[in-house]
Amino acid sequence: MTVVLKVENLSKHFGGLRAVNGVTFDVARGELKALIGPNGAGKSTCFNMLMGQLKPSAGRVSLNGEDITGKPPRDIWRRGVGRTFQITGTYQSMTVAENVQMALISHHRKIFAIRPFAHKLYRDEALALLEIVGMADQADRACAILAYGDLKRLELAIALANNPTLLLMDEPTAGMAPKERERLMQLTADIVRDRNISVLFTEHDMDVVFAHAHHIMVLNRGELIADGTAAEVRNNAQVQEVYLGGGTLYAKEDAHA
Amino acid sequence: MGLFAAQLITGLANAAALFLVASGLSLIFGVTRIVNFAHGSLYMLGAYFGVTLMQMLPGGFGFWGSVLLSGLIVGLIGVVIEICVLRPVYRAPELFQLVATFGVILVIQDLTLMIWGADDQIGPRAPGLKSVVRILGEPIPQYDLALIAITPFILLALWWLITKTRIGILVRAATQDRTMVGALGVNQSWLFTGVFFLGSALAGLGGAIQLPKGGADLLMDLNIISAVFVVVVIGGMGSIPGAFVASVLISVLNVFGVAYLPQSTLVLMYVVMAVVLLIRPYGLLGREEKGGEHGQVGEPDRPIRPAGLVGRSLVAALMVALALIPVFGSNFTQVLLTDIIIFCLFAASLQFMLSTGGLVSFGHAAYFGGGAYAAALLVTHAGTPMELAFLFAPFAAGLLAIIFGWFCIRLSGVYFAMLTLAFSQLVWSAAFQWYDVTGGDDGLVNIWPSEWLSGTTTYYYFTLIVGVGGIILLRHLTHTPLGYALRAGRDSDRQAEATGINVKLVQWTGFAVAGALAGLAGGLFVFSKGSIFPNELEIAKSFDALIVVFLGGVKTLSGGVVGAAFMDGVRDWLTRLEYWRLILGLLIIAVVIIAPNGIVGSLRKGAERLGFYRGEFSE
Amino acid sequence: MLEVSGLNSFYGKAHILNDLSFTVGRGEVVALLGRNGAGKTTTMKSIMQLVHPKSGAVTFEGKDIAGYSAHRVARMGIGYVPEERRIFTDLTILENLEVGRQKPREDAPVWTVDALFEIFPNLSERRNNRGKAMSGGEQQMLTIARTLMGNPKLLLLDEPSEGIAPVIVEQMAKTILRFKREGLTVVISEQNLHFAGIVADRAIIIESGVKKFDGSFSELEKSPEIRDAYLSV
Repeated sequence: MTVVLKVENLSKHFGGLRAVNGVTFDVARGELKALIGPNGAGKSTCFNMLMGQLKPSAGRVSLNGEDITGKPPRDIWRRGVGRTFQITGTYQSMTVAENVQMALISHHRKIFAIRPFAHKLYRDEALALLEIVGMADQADRACAILAYGDLKRLELAIALANNPTLLLMDEPTAGMAPKERERLMQLTADIVRDRNISVLFTEHDMDVVFAHAHHIMVLNRGELIADGTAAEVRNNAQVQEVYLGGGTLYAKEDAHA
Repeated sequence: MGLFAAQLITGLANAAALFLVASGLSLIFGVTRIVNFAHGSLYMLGAYFGVTLMQMLPGGFGFWGSVLLSGLIVGLIGVVIEICVLRPVYRAPELFQLVATFGVILVIQDLTLMIWGADDQIGPRAPGLKSVVRILGEPIPQYDLALIAITPFILLALWWLITKTRIGILVRAATQDRTMVGALGVNQSWLFTGVFFLGSALAGLGGAIQLPKGGADLLMDLNIISAVFVVVVIGGMGSIPGAFVASVLISVLNVFGVAYLPQSTLVLMYVVMAVVLLIRPYGLLGREEKGGEHGQVGEPDRPIRPAGLVGRSLVAALMVALALIPVFGSNFTQVLLTDIIIFCLFAASLQFMLSTGGLVSFGHAAYFGGGAYAAALLVTHAGTPMELAFLFAPFAAGLLAIIFGWFCIRLSGVYFAMLTLAFSQLVWSAAFQWYDVTGGDDGLVNIWPSEWLSGTTTYYYFTLIVGVGGIILLRHLTHTPLGYALRAGRDSDRQAEATGINVKLVQWTGFAVAGALAGLAGGLFVFSKGSIFPNELEIAKSFDALIVVFLGGVKTLSGGVVGAAFMDGVRDWLTRLEYWRLILGLLIIAVVIIAPNGIVGSLRKGAERLGFYRGEFSE
Repeated sequence: MLEVSGLNSFYGKAHILNDLSFTVGRGEVVALLGRNGAGKTTTMKSIMQLVHPKSGAVTFEGKDIAGYSAHRVARMGIGYVPEERRIFTDLTILENLEVGRQKPREDAPVWTVDALFEIFPNLSERRNNRGKAMSGGEQQMLTIARTLMGNPKLLLLDEPSEGIAPVIVEQMAKTILRFKREGLTVVISEQNLHFAGIVADRAIIIESGVKKFDGSFSELEKSPEIRDAYLSV
């Protein structure tokens, strides 16, 4: 299997706080991998380092064999990494199609073009991407009035604009209704299969994680405590203790109550 | 040695008033996140109240009592301003807040004029401190020594208040998280009012305490505000010790500047600021923080489209009408329309960076006046033909914007605004003080267009073509990828960066384009008037542009042009009134509070409501 | 003591709470259960009036407080501990506590700085340190202590166990049980069913802003289908 993303000994320290500490893992081509863990475990910090929003204190991140550690987000994106955010970051003052067109304009390096009208550029490509996420019928609506689930799908379409080899999705289903969650994750799984790309995502909803992830990593207090298949992780004693819970933790207290 | 010591002492004494005003501004900003432009006006009021009170109350006790009373009165005036003007706009975008405080400046200017008249007031000298002391052989006014002795106590008192008292703890907590302070049972609106009272009182004290050195006049509000901004920016916004250090630094620097570099006292201050910000972008003792919103609070902007057939036809019809003006209209109408078109282009260039780019510039006059001066300097000193000099105007202004933009773009929100303001003041002070080159206050005259353009009607057509061409160019750019990239960076700079857009570079480009087009307007201006004076570079000129963009509607594409046309049309009529500033100020405040969508935005909303124009936003 | 009836709250255009009604009696500890995004935090904020509900009533000790400002609600004796903790990082621990201080109330337990330091000894050791270098658990203790400085009658705890080391969660459970013994009324929102079961008398389950269950934990125990449908275990 080809390794797309290789993370070695990644660390981030804020003063004395070790938010992420010596994290090492790989993501293979065509793999849908989840990163889970309690709030404050360092998932977001980890993600922000992978995408270049934060500079790591130590360690190395390489993409398809190339060292991308500490590069700014836009350089990492140009090397084929798409990203969706926990809190959606779309352009509120544009239409749905224009949001995707903007990413395509950037991908084709036409940002500083001053002759053409932007809303006419790469419209067909944008509609094709919107078709994939099932948003083509809303292409000309204002982004500001979209429902939350639709915004998430729009973000996914934007993330596909540069033909990525790797997608990073930070809590893709947060704030969605259960049915919508299932739909979005199924969509993601289809995209992974059809385009043979890799996805690394963080998630709180264990149903989503266990149903869709090929492999699961568990982060706790900045350290990776498990990395394996759903069954392996589910049966890992340490994971049960710190995150999933096994019902034994409060045995002592139960006696009091 | 003696002279050196004397100068140092004078500088330290001058720092007193500056520190009082700056610490008040800093305190208010720290908690309310509002940059109170009217702070200089409160300082001015302190001086006027001081003069009046000192005439009524005799003796040393009367003098110091008047100083304290002036502070108290101005503090109460601050409370009135906070409750009436600022409370309704705390949740509005910061641009709205700034425009509102600018309205307050106008109101206070005219009220002061009404009450105290136009004559300068001479400040009484402090009883018991009228003579001089000899230090190292140099005469030092006793009052200076008193000021130097008092200032550290004020700093200490403020420091104690902020760090040791419950009020101070609440103020610091509210600076960080207002909502949480409220949820813990603290009435934060009264906390805000209290902070505003204290900050205003400090400004009033500053105004009264400097009376023996400076007196009171109607220009002192805007004169001090730029120095205060420099101090607050150098010291770090929200930092009281920072304000103290920077006040001393600037005041001392000023005194030595007057002695050794008399041509560059004003410039010096801004150079120091630029250097400090290069090394520490958030000031000497300031802390890094994210700038506020750029007018993106509330209803989001709407998607835009180039004008359709109807829109284009309407614009074409308007052009035809304007082209026919010389046939029917008088000479006066043509001159007025020339002015209006130039102002419209200037406003449109600001709107391009402000609305499309989300870059709220407070110093856009630097590029308008800069372009005008560039052309005028070429004509005056090099005898350059008008055509070449005219083309040089947008080029020079664009270059200036590229240089200043490089510094400004690194900051955002209020910090960005402050720095643009400071740079415009830098240009202004150069024009004002570099007498040999710029003619200083006398300006540059005899800058007339070439023979073939010299008639009023010819120049009117020239302005119409160039001005409207510039506006259409800006409008076109808004719809190109560059314009979209600017909006993308404004809407979500995180998403833009994450999809390969170099947001800072895009913003820098937008800044330069806006600067060049403002310079084009400046070029048109200088040849239409035949002269240029430093007042075209003043803060008031920058604010003029901000206000018309705001009046027209920030979240629209044509707001600047419509606002400018409206304003220039009305101003001619309005300025005939004695107290037109009062009316304009109240109007601005009313618009901010009642109709924040501006003229174009409100018309659009009205049309939607009546069903003439259907948008997805109409509910 | 607290009665919520027909509450509808919106966040932007999203309808978060849908005709939500429930009551909380004096001295009771009630757990609001539900998944992420079910509306637990919005319920807390709507009671506190940090989110103003569009319709419905929030009655506290017989007064409808809907539309009040948050500081008035706090002064009536409702203490709120937000999920995001929101300590004042520029202030020391002692100063953080000072912000929360209110006058003692007759019908509510009275807390002093010393009493709180006894409950949370970790805070006592670092009383003059600023909030910056604190761990998640310490921050959580500080927010609770800060709110108790207002001597509330009713304590709203939003996800107190989230993101906290298991050892500290255990300590937290003991602390909440102690509050109960002192006579404090508590509403906690939780995703951790085990934790909720230990500290609370009654469970209210919400899903998509609608109440799905209201009863004792033993009842909930008997109906695993409810548990499986609405809680992620």
